[in-house]
Amino acid sequence: MIRADHISKTFDGRTVLDDISVEFDTGKTNLIIGRSGSGKTVLLKSLVGLHDVDSGKIFYDDVCYTDLDFRQRKDIRKDIGMIFQGGALLDSSTVRQNVRLPLDLFTEMTEGEKRDRVDFCLERVRLVGADHLYPSELSGGMVKRVAIARAIVLNPRYLFCDEPNSGLDPQTSVVIDNLIQDITKEFNITTIINTHDMNSVMEIGEKIVYIHEGHKWWEGSKDDILLAENPELNDFVFASAMAKRAKSVAKL
Amino acid sequence: MIKFFENIGRYFMLLGKVFSRPEKARIYWSRIGFEIEALGFNSISLTAIISAFIGAVVALQMAITLESPFIPQFMIGYSTREVMVLEFSSTVVALILAGKVGSNIASEIGTMRITEQIDALEIMGVNSASYLILPKIVATVLFFPLLTLFSIVVGIVGGFAIAAFTGMILPGHYIEGLFYCFEPFSITYALVKGAVFAFIITSISAYCGYYAKGNSLEVGRASTRAVVSSSITIMIFDLILTQIMRV
Repeated sequence: MIRADHISKTFDGRTVLDDISVEFDTGKTNLIIGRSGSGKTVLLKSLVGLHDVDSGKIFYDDVCYTDLDFRQRKDIRKDIGMIFQGGALLDSSTVRQNVRLPLDLFTEMTEGEKRDRVDFCLERVRLVGADHLYPSELSGGMVKRVAIARAIVLNPRYLFCDEPNSGLDPQTSVVIDNLIQDITKEFNITTIINTHDMNSVMEIGEKIVYIHEGHKWWEGSKDDILLAENPELNDFVFASAMAKRAKSVAKL
Repeated sequence: MIKFFENIGRYFMLLGKVFSRPEKARIYWSRIGFEIEALGFNSISLTAIISAFIGAVVALQMAITLESPFIPQFMIGYSTREVMVLEFSSTVVALILAGKVGSNIASEIGTMRITEQIDALEIMGVNSASYLILPKIVATVLFFPLLTLFSIVVGIVGGFAIAAFTGMILPGHYIEGLFYCFEPFSITYALVKGAVFAFIITSISAYCGYYAKGNSLEVGRASTRAVVSSSITIMIFDLILTQIMRV
């Protein structure tokens, strides 16, 4: 479980997160949704510790993450996997080296154990045979899958995904969504996904938090969202004509 | 002015992070090997070409300028050696490498910053500054003095080649000049300068890249800043080291 307690963040006097309190459940795919510039990426990066919040507390299970310094956070960070929007793979390393890096740095595994673990993770994301390629030789979907493999290689307890579907075609997006959801269930991890892809919301949104202008505006599940009466949320969710039709069908 | 001191403060804070205890020394050793190849070995050809031509030009210029019956011919070899050892092979080669290696480091780390690769390392709990910058500093500080030595040798050989080729000076006189009033400490001085300049180039360029923000334009600007700042700092330290070590 990850909990944010009244967190706020400002940049150059501009309030980006305003008194947000939210809890993300273990074993579920938790989605943060909102328009571009609503503050969802800042929220995600604050939760993970890339931004220090101005006020409020963040808890990883019972540990107050905001009270820890860089070295003390190390133990929790080893339990965190993160998938960045662009993949953030190391350009000078091959797929195998990218996935293996956390093992090299933080484990005492033997060469054979590391090889087996990397093979398992690459197989898990269906990337067998691509281990010798460099990031520049991969497609967008493959980059995301390598990023997922790297994120799960240390068996994380918490998985953060920053717009994992951005730049992907609808079919590949579904593959990535399902992969993340499967991994969440399989390893019982707390997964937080930052997205504005409504297909993802309807596909895997077990818990959804809607952020609007730096505030938590709405919270619920993918079933609740169809019937929600919140006007800002409806404007966001049902922006397309197809979504509007889907809502009217759901109301019937 | 405030910005200047802010940058100096941030630079030293970054160095503090760079020199903090590494996660796993073994990983760093392999990275140092990789950086020696990328930043050191790949600079050999450029250094060789420039040093050979400068050595030849210096010898040629000296032969033309010192064409007098009152100045012994061996002075040409002597002057070429002094130019190469005292200034060219350490300072000028460092300035050239600031352009090549410095811009390479700043753009590499800057790109890693804007594509969130550095954030990815931080999330893993890796001290990104140490992991990315320390191997580069160690590699260049170890390798650049060797490059300085190599440049001295190639420059002197370049001078000898032009002497032999043009016939403006007898090779024997040139070699005699090379050993005339030779002060072995001058080699130490050149090597120390090579190591100090290597540190300056690598740390300043890494700093410029590490704090790059925004997009590819900013990476380009960081790269330019790295070359300009490294070059100016090299000149300042050239003056300081020359004053301290006085050959």
